[in-house]
Amino acid sequence: MTTYRLAEFHPFRGGERQFLYLVPSGAIFELSDLSAALLRQLEAGERTREELLDALGAQGHPGAEIDEALEEMYQARAIASGAGFEDPPQPAPRPFPLQTIVLNVTNQCNLSCKYCYEFGEDRVATPEGKPKFMDDATARAAVDMLIEQSFGRRAIHLTFFGGETLLNFPLVRRIIEYARERAHAAGKYVDFSLTTNGTLLKPEIIEYLAENQVGVTISLDGPKEMNDALRVFHDGRGSYDAIEPKVRELLKRHGTRPIAARVTLTSQVVDVLKIYRHLKHDLGFHEVGFAPVTTSPVRLYAIGGRGLDNILEQFTELAQEYLAFALRGEHHGFSNVSDTLGELHSGISKAHPCGAALGLVGVGPSGDIAPCHRFVDADAHKLGHVSTGIDRARQNEFLDRGHIGRKPECHTCFARPICSGGCYHEAFVRYGDTGHANLHYCDWIRGWTDVCLGIYGEIAARNPAFLNHFDERKAA
Amino acid sequence: MKHLRAVNRKALRVEEHLAAAWGDVFALQQGQGPSQPRPHYPLGCSLVFSPGWEVDSAGGTAGLCQPLERDLYDCYLSCFWPAQVPDHLNNYPDWTSKCATATKDWRNIDLVFP
Repeated sequence: MTTYRLAEFHPFRGGERQFLYLVPSGAIFELSDLSAALLRQLEAGERTREELLDALGAQGHPGAEIDEALEEMYQARAIASGAGFEDPPQPAPRPFPLQTIVLNVTNQCNLSCKYCYEFGEDRVATPEGKPKFMDDATARAAVDMLIEQSFGRRAIHLTFFGGETLLNFPLVRRIIEYARERAHAAGKYVDFSLTTNGTLLKPEIIEYLAENQVGVTISLDGPKEMNDALRVFHDGRGSYDAIEPKVRELLKRHGTRPIAARVTLTSQVVDVLKIYRHLKHDLGFHEVGFAPVTTSPVRLYAIGGRGLDNILEQFTELAQEYLAFALRGEHHGFSNVSDTLGELHSGISKAHPCGAALGLVGVGPSGDIAPCHRFVDADAHKLGHVSTGIDRARQNEFLDRGHIGRKPECHTCFARPICSGGCYHEAFVRYGDTGHANLHYCDWIRGWTDVCLGIYGEIAARNPAFLNHFDERKAA
Repeated sequence: MKHLRAVNRKALRVEEHLAAAWGDVFALQQGQGPSQPRPHYPLGCSLVFSPGWEVDSAGGTAGLCQPLERDLYDCYLSCFWPAQVPDHLNNYPDWTSKCATATKDWRNIDLVFP
């Protein structure tokens, strides 16, 4: 006799409707009254078909409908029977085509932010004896590698990063030109972005970035008193006053790509709402994204357990504001929500937490290849050199280590399609192993995923057309 | 799907996949809950109210919404109702192999002599 039980999913509500987030597929289904009633029956434990027919029949559901619902829910894997579903996550195809290279054009910086992962106390980089600035030959070799290793992919992406990127701006200009020529010859389309602390922006640089449609992200931690707590010059002076007029100029002039602010949250900088209001409304950033600082837990600026709860509460409040905007069909700049909604909408189910060492690699000033910009210049994580290409054996070792199949703690978590264990760099700093699950923020990720699912459901119920933005976004 | 509404893109893909593999009325026909995938030809059988077994409003077969030859397949492949066609499971798996399109090629389907 066949018995049924609940399979793996996370139920949530939005706009008075009931939804299921199926795990691990990442599919989101809305429940009918009957399918919701069926799940309620199974919440108490296993039931046979006959028991379900009796119980649901007593509620007035015709038997044929109940069978139909059973079949649908079984096929969609919301309910299971017998041995259940055995679908181990697949390894990514290899070699995986490159999409993005992050060029760390210099490892030097004119700021000394206390939490910096490149120079701070938890750094993984070993830059001793290596070039401080990338030269043209190295950058060109990286571009050539991107063109060649992107295989059939038509759209490719080059991100300029540092250190402070603008310390090597002349190289950035030359490489943008070179990459355009090479991409054109190869029948590909390349676009560019750049991350900077904003202190070295000048009118001619802003003009260039706008004209060439270079996406710009500014690292900035909010209003003066918060930004200057940790984002300081070498002499300890806060950087806000140097940045503010330049950022205003940039936002005024550069309209060809959205300009984003990227905020690092620390124990001193936790007022998400105030930071958002300042960056979005006072300064005029198009989008603002937040991330807790990557650090070992002993640092003074590390965010403790209660601090993460507080951040989640504020994120939730700001996310509700995003929802109100979305229901009116308006843009809201809280990019942590839009990023997560985009992933939920496509139904992504990650075997690896991010594209590092897969579709993305970082390249340091020396030409060493790293899994991403955060591991640049770190000998222990080197994945080859631009002159000889990606070291496939080391790349495979890195990817195997970080695969979700190797993280047993994740295997019962509903948020794993989105998280997949979290940032490799964060894991290395915390646990000394890039393949370790980031157990210190599991509750946070689950809480945040649940908040975003609720928002997704509400939008799907009340303004589904808004979700089309995410189709376009993905296609771009 | 009737009892689950696909909302995100992955769910739409799941739905498409299932529709391609099982067809919409499979569960109705089986009437016994979840089952393993197997070949299924949902159209034409009397159980799903195909007009192929009937006549059109003029009393002929020309105006039916699908050609009456379609029924050959339904009796052959999916219908348990006894019909005068060979069985495809054991003895005549190739009976319709020369008949790519029933409405055009039905003459290629020959008699069998057990």
